[in-house]
Amino acid sequence: MVQSIVFALVAVLALGFAYFQFRKVYAHIRIGKDEDVSGPAGERWKNMLLVAFGQKKMFKRPIPAILHFMLYVAFVLTQIELIEIFIDGIFGVHRWFLGPLGGMYNFIISTIELLSILAFVATVIFLVRRNALFIPRFHKPEMQGWPKLDANLILIFELILLACIFTMNGTDVVLQDMDPDHYRATNFAVSGFLGPVVFGGMDASTLHVLERVGWWGHIIMVFVFLNYLPKSKHLHILLAFPNTYFARLKPRGEMINMPEVMNEVKSMMGLGDPNAPEPDMNAALPEFGADDVNEMSWIDVLGAYSCTECGRCTSVCPANITGKKLSPRKIVMNVRDRAEEMGDKIRSGNMEFAADKEAPLSRTNFDDGRTLWDYITREEIHACTTCNACVEACPILINPLEMINKMRRHEILTEASGPGDWMPLFNSIENQQRAWSVGSSRTAWTQDA
Amino acid sequence: MQVKTMAEFAAEDKQPEILFWVGCAGSFDDRAQKITRAFAEILTAAGIEFAILGDEEACTGDPARRAGNEFLFQMVALQNIETLNMYGVKKMVTACPHCFNTIKNEYPALGGHYDIVHHTQLLQELIDDGRIKMTEGGDFKGKRITYHDSCYLGRANGIYEAPRDVLQSLDGQLVEMKRSKQNGLCCGAGGAQMWKEDEPGDKRINMERTDEALSLNPDIIAVNCPFCMTMMNDGVTGREKQDKVMVYDLSELVVRSMQRS
Repeated sequence: MVQSIVFALVAVLALGFAYFQFRKVYAHIRIGKDEDVSGPAGERWKNMLLVAFGQKKMFKRPIPAILHFMLYVAFVLTQIELIEIFIDGIFGVHRWFLGPLGGMYNFIISTIELLSILAFVATVIFLVRRNALFIPRFHKPEMQGWPKLDANLILIFELILLACIFTMNGTDVVLQDMDPDHYRATNFAVSGFLGPVVFGGMDASTLHVLERVGWWGHIIMVFVFLNYLPKSKHLHILLAFPNTYFARLKPRGEMINMPEVMNEVKSMMGLGDPNAPEPDMNAALPEFGADDVNEMSWIDVLGAYSCTECGRCTSVCPANITGKKLSPRKIVMNVRDRAEEMGDKIRSGNMEFAADKEAPLSRTNFDDGRTLWDYITREEIHACTTCNACVEACPILINPLEMINKMRRHEILTEASGPGDWMPLFNSIENQQRAWSVGSSRTAWTQDA
Repeated sequence: MQVKTMAEFAAEDKQPEILFWVGCAGSFDDRAQKITRAFAEILTAAGIEFAILGDEEACTGDPARRAGNEFLFQMVALQNIETLNMYGVKKMVTACPHCFNTIKNEYPALGGHYDIVHHTQLLQELIDDGRIKMTEGGDFKGKRITYHDSCYLGRANGIYEAPRDVLQSLDGQLVEMKRSKQNGLCCGAGGAQMWKEDEPGDKRINMERTDEALSLNPDIIAVNCPFCMTMMNDGVTGREKQDKVMVYDLSELVVRSMQRS
């Protein structure tokens, strides 16, 4: 009875706090501008099933893909056990599913156990890969400090969780001989022999305590995990699904059109709609492109929150490979960091951060004197060759190039700055409609063969 | 070389089979002009009635747009669409993957809808249909050829096989770089990098890519893009291999290997 009450309290607190945190993540993602996500739902479901659920793009690198898949399947299936933990916890029963499921129960738990062994092996290999082997993408400058600790913490949590599961099941198996009424006989694939090997010979009271430690440890680790996710790169286990669903379906080579610029140029060229209303000359000049997350699209911010910092994008970036400062992963991480900062400031209600002090603080009425340029340097943005290698590399369809393009647009269109080297190019295109300023005629090549 | 413009066709009240979009590099860059001539020669040999826009062509706007200058992009893009629509152009071919990508993927949102192919796709079609035939034991028989995927033909548009099929018809020995197709490494020129100095780093991107190609000891580095051509040529010269390794566009390889009537 006491245990049931404690369990219910812990569960309500953990789930409540998690809800509060996930709502914050959602609010931060919505700092991004609206973007139309209409378009064939069938194609979106297909993307989500193949890329997120089926992990299709992970398999470009088979070794981490197989290890990751083992962890993933174990993680997903272990959640079935969670249902029972909740039933047992609330009603104070023990292994409630064993009765109704019988032999099926042994099969399910045995499957989970076998997968958990694989997950354990994968987690240990991941820790070794990350800390002992020199894999360059894990050691870039943006991975120092919290991101490195974050990655290791997740793996350590995973090991604790698995240790708890096996303690719970293993002690249960040994206790079945001592107290067969409460600990009903099971036939688990791993704990069936591992339990007696590890816990055999211990006295009943120790085993009872260990069994409870395993059971409570498991559920508490699940709660810790759930509340840790919103702060962690590990959020990808949830957001990979919406991120692949909402990923843009346009051709990869297409830069998103800017209708507001198109219409203005059309009217300049006399191509506009003659019935369109006169533009308001007194209206404030709009900002083009993005120098902050509230100018990015919510799909960009969703991508930033979905990123697990694996660094596949950075490891194939031609600029990064040749020692330039640009790292697509860092751009994505910076967008999330800035979204956190802006979101927290908006929620604070501190009018110091309002652009218009008379109006309520919001994603549009916000100015804290900082922008993404406080996180990202011009040099990084200028180094991009728009080659799409980062886009191709991302296992969950995040598009770092889109963020870079928006920052370039802001720099040129809104700030009227940018690399000086580009001035002759722009002048040549503007005055002579060509990217090369040398040569006389476009038909010269026909003359001197 | 006699090449008619759209204006000349229009004056005769005729439509060509296809419009050859030459692009700025193909028009003004010395090295790329050779590619343009080679491709025009192939079209002529295949009996295709084609036209160019000549001085009515403007930059597609690709480098301006990728630098972030959307105003400039819209100006030239809308001007091009006006011209193309005035002539009622439907079918186009270009030897530049940047022009190809912009016209194919970006002009539709501005009101320009054309059926455009990249020249490597048309070359493959002409070879497959027997409209151009290769000579037995051409210049490149047995030569080691490595093919560099351009980003805008490859990753941006998913065209990997057509250029490789064309290369197969040369009877050479096609050797692949480790980073090829979807995983191809950029030459370093895209995103308007062609017009600016590199940002500070350890190495130029074109040197990284050229070194990868040279590690295969090729006789020829084959490219499909005038930008890649410049970058790979500079790289080969930088490594002082210009006497041993040639950088060619696919159309130059085909023009030297095809039967002439």
